Amino acid sequence: MGMTSAQKSGFGATLWDWLTTVDHKKIGILYLAGGGFFFLLGGLEAVIIRIQLISPENNFISAGLYNEMITMHGTTMIFLAAMPILLGLMNFIMPLQIGARDVAFPFLNSLGFWLFLFGGLLLNLSWFTGAPDAGWTNYAPLSIQSPGHGIDFYIMGLQLSGAGTLMGGINFIVTIVLMRAPGMTYMRMPLFTWTTFVASILILFAFPALTVGLFLMMFDRMFGSAFFDAALGGNAIIWQHLFWIFGHPEVYILILPVFGVFSEVFPTFAKKRLFGYTAMVFATFLIAFLGFMVWAHHMFTVGLGPVANSIFAVATMAIAVPTGIKIFNWLFTLWGGSIKINTAMLWSLAFIPSFTIGGMTGVMLASAVADYQYHDTYFVIGHFHYVIVGGTVFGILAGLHYWWPKMFGRYLHEGLGQLSFWTFFVGFHLTFFIQHFLGLMGMPRRYWVFLENQGLDTGNLISTIGAFFMSFGVIVFLINIIYTTIKGKKASGDAWGSGRTLEWAISSPPVHYNFKQLPLVRGLDPLWIEKTEGNKKVTPAEPLDEIHMPNGSILPFIMTIGFTIASYGFIYQTESKYWLIAVYAGMAIALISMLIRSLKDDHGHHISKEELERVGD
Amino acid sequence: MSHDHSIDPKNMPKDPSKATTEGKHKFMGLWIFLGGETVLFACLFGTYLALKDSAAGGPTTQELYGLGLVFLMTVLLLTSSLTSVYAIYHMKNNDFKKMQLWMGITALLGLAFLACEIYEFAHYIHDYGFTFRSSAFGSAFYTLVGFHGGHVVFGLSWIITLMVRNAKRGLDLYNAPKFNTFALYWHFIDVVWVFIFTVVYLMGMVS
Ligand code: HEM
Ligand SMILES: [Cu+2]
Repeated sequence: MGMTSAQKSGFGATLWDWLTTVDHKKIGILYLAGGGFFFLLGGLEAVIIRIQLISPENNFISAGLYNEMITMHGTTMIFLAAMPILLGLMNFIMPLQIGARDVAFPFLNSLGFWLFLFGGLLLNLSWFTGAPDAGWTNYAPLSIQSPGHGIDFYIMGLQLSGAGTLMGGINFIVTIVLMRAPGMTYMRMPLFTWTTFVASILILFAFPALTVGLFLMMFDRMFGSAFFDAALGGNAIIWQHLFWIFGHPEVYILILPVFGVFSEVFPTFAKKRLFGYTAMVFATFLIAFLGFMVWAHHMFTVGLGPVANSIFAVATMAIAVPTGIKIFNWLFTLWGGSIKINTAMLWSLAFIPSFTIGGMTGVMLASAVADYQYHDTYFVIGHFHYVIVGGTVFGILAGLHYWWPKMFGRYLHEGLGQLSFWTFFVGFHLTFFIQHFLGLMGMPRRYWVFLENQGLDTGNLISTIGAFFMSFGVIVFLINIIYTTIKGKKASGDAWGSGRTLEWAISSPPVHYNFKQLPLVRGLDPLWIEKTEGNKKVTPAEPLDEIHMPNGSILPFIMTIGFTIASYGFIYQTESKYWLIAVYAGMAIALISMLIRSLKDDHGHHISKEELERVGD
Repeated sequence: MSHDHSIDPKNMPKDPSKATTEGKHKFMGLWIFLGGETVLFACLFGTYLALKDSAAGGPTTQELYGLGLVFLMTVLLLTSSLTSVYAIYHMKNNDFKKMQLWMGITALLGLAFLACEIYEFAHYIHDYGFTFRSSAFGSAFYTLVGFHGGHVVFGLSWIITLMVRNAKRGLDLYNAPKFNTFALYWHFIDVVWVFIFTVVYLMGMVS
């Protein structure tokens, strides 16, 4: 099926191919495109926020719209931009790195993507009738009181996309455990595969807490339950706990994969093996483990008491240790290497000081007593943008520049790449460094306006100017993508000439079954080993034989449509019971698709030996 | 790699559910999924424990709960777990008829459990006016126990679909993993119930 649809041409056939694809590489690209779209949307929202704050008592947007803007910015960036783009990279690259032909559950993979996309679209539909306005953290009772349906869109949108993410996580775990090529022992796995693995474990254990929180919120808002209603004995703090039990691991879901990216980029362009591989693996696990023990550092000012605050403060500070180990290992990897500077490398190098500043302010915030001063001020905004932009976004851009030739067969343009890097890098520090001081001077976060002559004017102006620089950098990057797609230089399989891991052993872009013969992995950095022994190709682990591949399916898409219709019905059934028809109809569509999936056998298809021989390499 | 989904009992391996890569993937996938489900229920238990004494003037745990019915429910569900073990035992020996029989008994026990639960809820609502909306305790109780009940409903639909779908063609390498994953899921539901029995009902009656 995959073959025949690829041979058909025309817009309809192409569209059908993308709607039904279960190929991890195509799904990866879909994630990148979807996440990229939401990144632009979230960026636009950010610029609007900064324009509102460009001068004291500004009137660019109304107070209500401002609340919607900050809520949607945070929610979009975390759930719909950063995480999906990371899932895109993981989807495309990880199976190649372990020498697999697909993921363990291709069907589920596709379902996960569509759920994410439609969850995001549903959330953004709220712009037409009033967006959520209780902050991305959506604290009760504010979120319970919020009129209109904004919060309901938040609940259903995140529930859908969260379910998709959970599926992705489970899929990656099983893939890595069961589908590694012969010889690919755990301690030979590339660091990006390791961090994908650990981030997936975090997804697995963190997302259900959000699921429960969203359900309770949904029941309170739509069905009259009393979880957060103090009048009936409810307790609003439960939301905060559930949100942060999810939320803190979430920030590590965002950062660990890019730790993996840097651990690939540095060795490639320093032409040295990663320093302290084993320590890197264990530091990753330690961060993930501690990441579950620290959620209450977001709640120091709630009044949990000095004992709880102290425990969580110490646990939080402890995370700086494994993080520090990683920073030093990257520096030692660079030490004495024959370093080649390009855009991917620039993003990676810029990450080190930027992220370290974010880690330092993190330790400052972790001091519970001091946090009473910092909490809910611009200091916190400064902190998490240093880690999320200086860490996750820099890492995503490093990863995109690094793997672009692998994914699309063409190099991103270096000149444009460096232009976008420098403008974004300068803009980033202009925007966020000053925010620490604004916060220390007492500027609270999430306020629509600030008063003049309180020492906040210049700082806010600088911050907004920085945001313009960053926007310019993003636009140049977009131009780069367009330019590269049309005229970019073609890349060979080992695009950088110094690739170490298996993805560089196959063509760019890879054929849809990835490996004609599964590779035999003879050590860490298998391609590098083969190259040092003068081999042009990785030793195959099996004779050439027919390949079994999964079939495409439209069912994940239809299921998602069903769930989306049902979600829409849930949101509006509080107004008129007729909307329950949408709930039942949507659920019926989803359940019938599931039933079809269950009843109709699907054995996949085979690519014959003769055909493989015809293709050559 | 040949993917002959043989239905010839002579060619069937000893444990057909794990003879194919797909089968192995499914089984492990469900294990991992249950890890997430554990967190889900842990959060629901946490919420329940935080709110169980917030009856807002309505009936309290001591006034509501009675041991008799929940004890019966526990017996029903535990037994159904055992019968599903028998079913899988017969599956591993490629005895489709016996597997279907024991799976059928499992489903019947599950249905009986569900009937008791529905009766219990109706009893609370009609005789005590204790509803999902009457207090934070009510919301937490029905959500926790109801989520479990929802899992039972899903499990029942799953196994009944599987049994009907495969009734004619018997066991093969393609459907054996499906029965196996169902059984694993069913055990999990059972374990969650043991916790509900202890944390909700037993602790609710003594405190
Ligand atoms: C050494 C490591 C880190 C430490 C010690 C740390 C500590 C903290 C603390 C204590 C807070 C709460 C501040 C407050 O609300 O008063 C906080 C907020 C935050 N941190 Fe970190 N953090 C670290 C790394 C990270 C990383 C790696 C990320 C993301 C990639 C991150 C993202 C965030 C976010 C998003 C918030 C704000 C959430 C909100 O209130 O909206 N942090 N951090
Ligand atoms: Cu945190």
